[in-house]
Amino acid sequence: MTNIIFYLAAGVAILSTFMVITRLNAVHALLYLIVSLLSVALIFFILGAPFAAALEVIIYAGAIMILFIFVIMMLNLGPPAIEKERLLLKPGMWLGPGLLAAILLIELVLILTGPGSATKAAEVPPRAVGLTLFGPYVLGVELASILLLAGLVGAFHLARKERND
Amino acid sequence: MMLILKHLLVVFGVLAAALSASAGLVWLERRLLGLWQDRYGPNRVGPFGLLQVAADGLKMFFKEDWVPPFADKPVFILAPVLALITALLAFAVIPFTAEIMVADLNIGLLFFLAIVSLGVYGVALGGWSSNNKYALIGAVRGVAQMLSYEVFMGLSLMGVVLLTGSFNLREIVLAQQNMWFCIPQFPGLLIFMIAGFAETHRMPFDLPEAESELVAGYHTEYSGMKFGLFFVGEYLGITMTSAMIVTLFFGGWLGPVLPPLVWFAGKTLVFICLFILVRATLPRPRYDQLMAFAWKVFLPLSLLNLVITGAVVVAGR
Repeated sequence: MTNIIFYLAAGVAILSTFMVITRLNAVHALLYLIVSLLSVALIFFILGAPFAAALEVIIYAGAIMILFIFVIMMLNLGPPAIEKERLLLKPGMWLGPGLLAAILLIELVLILTGPGSATKAAEVPPRAVGLTLFGPYVLGVELASILLLAGLVGAFHLARKERND
Repeated sequence: MMLILKHLLVVFGVLAAALSASAGLVWLERRLLGLWQDRYGPNRVGPFGLLQVAADGLKMFFKEDWVPPFADKPVFILAPVLALITALLAFAVIPFTAEIMVADLNIGLLFFLAIVSLGVYGVALGGWSSNNKYALIGAVRGVAQMLSYEVFMGLSLMGVVLLTGSFNLREIVLAQQNMWFCIPQFPGLLIFMIAGFAETHRMPFDLPEAESELVAGYHTEYSGMKFGLFFVGEYLGITMTSAMIVTLFFGGWLGPVLPPLVWFAGKTLVFICLFILVRATLPRPRYDQLMAFAWKVFLPLSLLNLVITGAVVVAGR
């Protein structure tokens, strides 16, 4: 049962990610990206990481993606933008990214066929995530918060009104 | 077999209860508004105007279902469906009694927050795909408002999580056997309630659809049953927020003498009426006031509440 759900979710994730790359309309591409993120969240849930799954939905699908859509809404892209995208996605354009993705695919196959399996994990409750984050990995949390603070200060500086004096 | 049957019964029971509650709300809201604004409200169709809901529903079903030629058709159709489904999904984790709940998730509260954050898409996509300036302004307002209030809606609930030590909603209710969380977490309750008003974009925070300036905001171009879905989604949002207030702060199904389900429904009804009373009495704030209020008052307040609760919990160890 779990296996079926896993393969379904994984299939949806791959298909929707493919659609993200090939869509010409930016908002349609973003919608597929959201579907892809949701299916990845479902995979996290099945693999025993419900906390990571919830954060994936709240932060990626619920906050970051909506900001992308927000920006695109403001830009008011019309048919000209779609025409430009069509020109960008010439067959020749696929060569470089396709090659890089193929290397990744080969690596993935090598890892998957190697010893050990990733799907045999026990459920990780939120408490365990918190204890690990603020125990052995506290330095990483602090560094991330410094990075975020720098971003916040930068955004404030960019959006600040010039004082007239 | 019996287990599956029982589970199916719960799922469809919850679905039917949520939908009929939101349909009943249409009537209740108009009658109560009439009462509080010193007029009659609907009283012609059936006894006490009760059949008004059926009349409205029939009207909406038979209206022309029109998709504007300038709209982005697939997204235009998707948006109201998203609005309804996200409102319905959150009912999956609400514990109606100790036994009646669809999913007893360990991350129940996080699931609720995730669904609330997905609810933004109904408004955003509806407004964008309509390709209409009023709809777009409404959607931009709605997204900014809901994103801002979502931030401290989550933060205001972390006090409850600290006191319980769990994200599981059933355990949160059971932890309130000695004292309802509305007493130790009063600031949290206040902030959650106001954030709930903003998330369901109800009066006084209905700036995404402010009819005096934006026609009907993000659903300007919608008609017929597509508009109906947005409408039902809003009432489902009210029911869901009231049920969450009861679960998190007012002891859920706990209460003496009467059966648990009656307690839960009764408490929820009180908060639904409060939603309507607020609509009947308070005027809209200006949009920049609404946003400044969120970031300058509520965010620091909810952080302060979290820090103090954490300190008390640690000191009590």
